[in-house]
Amino acid sequence: MSIRTAIVRGAIDVAALLAEVESTANGATILFLGHVREMNDGRAVTGIEYSAYGEMAERELAAIASECAEHFGIAHLVAEHRLGALELGDVSIAIVAAHPHRAEAYEASRFVIEEVKRRLPIWKREGYADGASEWVNAGGVAHEQPAQEQQ
Amino acid sequence: MTVTALLFASYAEALGSDRVELTLAGNTTVRDVVERLRAMPGGSSLPASPLVAVNLTYAGADQRVESGDEVAIIPPVAGG
Repeated sequence: MSIRTAIVRGAIDVAALLAEVESTANGATILFLGHVREMNDGRAVTGIEYSAYGEMAERELAAIASECAEHFGIAHLVAEHRLGALELGDVSIAIVAAHPHRAEAYEASRFVIEEVKRRLPIWKREGYADGASEWVNAGGVAHEQPAQEQQ
Repeated sequence: MTVTALLFASYAEALGSDRVELTLAGNTTVRDVVERLRAMPGGSSLPASPLVAVNLTYAGADQRVESGDEVAIIPPVAGG
């Protein structure tokens, strides 16, 4: 079993992540990459600065991977999220899920990215072509406690 | 007792700091910590019920806070 997660500051080595989950036990390997996109809400984006509550982000990402492994019977899963100043096209997150069968590999990959979006304490400040920059989601509605985490 | 409040991203900008030491009476909850922060200059930008983590774990508004705890106020997350 190889389950590994990391919050990193340097470029993500996608080929190395794929090699990490390689096993003849697996019939399917799903690679998900999140990139910095050139447009958001009609504005031309020049880059994104990612920041995090580092210690908690590491714990939450590890917890997500652990839940994923248990839920989908995944034995080979690697996920890395990058912080710092990223340029257009840079990989901000990479998830590799491998399983004997494709259905579980697809579902596991989707589970990890959706949980990351929901609960990983990471924020991004987008820079725009007009020189402005803004926190993404900042100023949105107040986020209440997720229902399943209520006491 | 003293707790450390951590602020991030837009919340840190609003309060002009990413770390605030708060002296509170005993019998304190997460809600009390949030109320104290919202009463500070710039604090009105914080929602009344933000996501909060106590000692690295998401916590509800009624959770008790002990001296020395690290209480993080979590803006809407935007990972991925």
